Amino acid sequence: MAAKDALGRRGEAIAARHLEARGLRIVDRNWRCGQGEIDLVARDGAETVFVEVKTRSGVGFGHPLESITVAKLARLRRLAAAWCEAHAGSHDRIRIDAIAVIAPRSGQVTVEHLERVF
Amino acid sequence: MPIGRTYAISLLGLQGAVVEIEADISSNLPAFVLIGLPDAALGEAKDRVRSAATNSGCALPPRKITVNLSPAALPKHGSVFDLGIALSALAAAGSVRAESIDRVLHLGELGLDGRLRPVNGILPAVLAASRGGFDTVMVPTGNADEASLVPGVRIIPVASLRDAAIWHGGDFEPEPVEPILHSVRDAPADDPGDLADVIGNAETVEAMLVAAAGGHHVFLLGPPGAGKTMLAARLPGLLPSLDAEAALEVSSIRSLAGLPVGGSLPTRPPFESPHHTATAAALVGGGSGLIRPGAAARASHGVLFLDEAPEFNPSVLDTLRQPLESGVISIHRANGVAHFPGSFQLVLAANPCPCGQYGARDSECTCPPSARRRYIGRLSGPLLDRIDIQFRVHRVTSAQLRVSHEQPRVSTSEARGRVVAARAAAAERLQATPWRLNSQVPGSWLRAPGVRLAHTVTAALDRALERGGITMRGYDRVLRVAWTLADLQGVTAPTAAQIGQALYLRRAIST
Repeated sequence: MAAKDALGRRGEAIAARHLEARGLRIVDRNWRCGQGEIDLVARDGAETVFVEVKTRSGVGFGHPLESITVAKLARLRRLAAAWCEAHAGSHDRIRIDAIAVIAPRSGQVTVEHLERVF
Repeated sequence: MPIGRTYAISLLGLQGAVVEIEADISSNLPAFVLIGLPDAALGEAKDRVRSAATNSGCALPPRKITVNLSPAALPKHGSVFDLGIALSALAAAGSVRAESIDRVLHLGELGLDGRLRPVNGILPAVLAASRGGFDTVMVPTGNADEASLVPGVRIIPVASLRDAAIWHGGDFEPEPVEPILHSVRDAPADDPGDLADVIGNAETVEAMLVAAAGGHHVFLLGPPGAGKTMLAARLPGLLPSLDAEAALEVSSIRSLAGLPVGGSLPTRPPFESPHHTATAAALVGGGSGLIRPGAAARASHGVLFLDEAPEFNPSVLDTLRQPLESGVISIHRANGVAHFPGSFQLVLAANPCPCGQYGARDSECTCPPSARRRYIGRLSGPLLDRIDIQFRVHRVTSAQLRVSHEQPRVSTSEARGRVVAARAAAAERLQATPWRLNSQVPGSWLRAPGVRLAHTVTAALDRALERGGITMRGYDRVLRVAWTLADLQGVTAPTAAQIGQALYLRRAIST
């Protein structure tokens, strides 16, 4: 596994723990379809939450949140619709969140969680 | 998070409107949104501000920043809002004290390294801030001299965004930077020369003196090499020094035009001589987005000299008619009306015909009469009508040159003394009226009972009117010049002698 993929896995695990600590229930991880991949799907009360996780080891090349572009958000929205279609149950309330994880090789890990980014 | 709020000035002509800058940071993906009718240069402020903030060590948070410039319907131009936008965003982020930036007006353009660049139009902007009730204005170090010309305003010069943030209570270590200064250096003042340099043209020198004393517009007609340009260039030297208000206005226009202003107010009247290929926008001012002052506005309180006047596009020349009438230049565009001061003294110079030799001794004119008429006809009647003194300049003869060092010649300082005395006399006489110079007085007032001259005095003038040699408007102009001659010669009212001289100063084109 390449170093960047390992970092991504680690970040997603950190983000999942962060969500669980806030009382969300993780429903799905790394769900894939023809259009791409959703990092995390969680359930917050009646809401289905689709989460894009961005992990970096530092901010030398910009803040992780800055790399979430409009095109990426649009794809995430299409993916959310595809996920709802593939999974039974009521998905009448959905939202899209973004989580930035800054995980340096050594030292404090910071997690920033933005709700309803779309 | 709190909303950061500060103020800046949006200029339209010399009038400035206070613009409120609000910044809000919302919990969303990083973006910078600038609203409130920015033009292209101002729209690019978001990239300048973000880079400048990062590079000066007080980075903006990676969130959505919304900056609103209000009043939202007022179009805003240029980069002068950068500093205010950056500080209001920093205040919204909690990096500087919001209540501190709320009391200060900010002007300045940011470089990507976080240093502040000087901008044009600082002087009128600080004046507008002062009128808008602000007593503290933060400006780039490069504009500090200019900004401090406005009395009663505390100027805070800063070299970088970091320094500005520290001044507003930001918790940053000071980091000295080299301030950016104006790239335009003061041009060495070209010496206009002394009036005593003029040889032989004693009566023309006297005519220029009359023009300076009464504020009359002048039309000089003469062959090439007669000294028209030389005489016109010496006219500003004859005018009295600028008072404080006029000097501030002259500097404001210079500042708006991007010319160096320096740390002291000018005392001498400006002199502008645009080339005859000038367009209407170059002469009176214009531009589609930002309305800029033209040569006529820059010449306000001084002299506007149009050499080779018939070579100018007639429609361009006629744009001067409105400022000649009202003393104000108004430029109308879709997004507003800009007003510039336009109380200049106009000097037109022309050759009598295309070959230039007509009427000159010892040389033959090759132009047919029709060409001559067409040439002078390019100067429209309504424009010439507004010019009090129309004078023919002759070439210097060898005899005049030989005796020139024996004859006394008037120096500029001597002449200015006479002009100042004459202007004082006119001002005293016109004390109860709204006018200060003879050229401003309407003819009806000069012909009203109490001021009207006796028929015996105006006999020559009345005869010229009867013969059709002059029009009624011309009649009033001769009266005005006669009053100026009286002021210059120290008599209380014009006599037949002054009327005769005034008539003489109006016969250039009666050929």
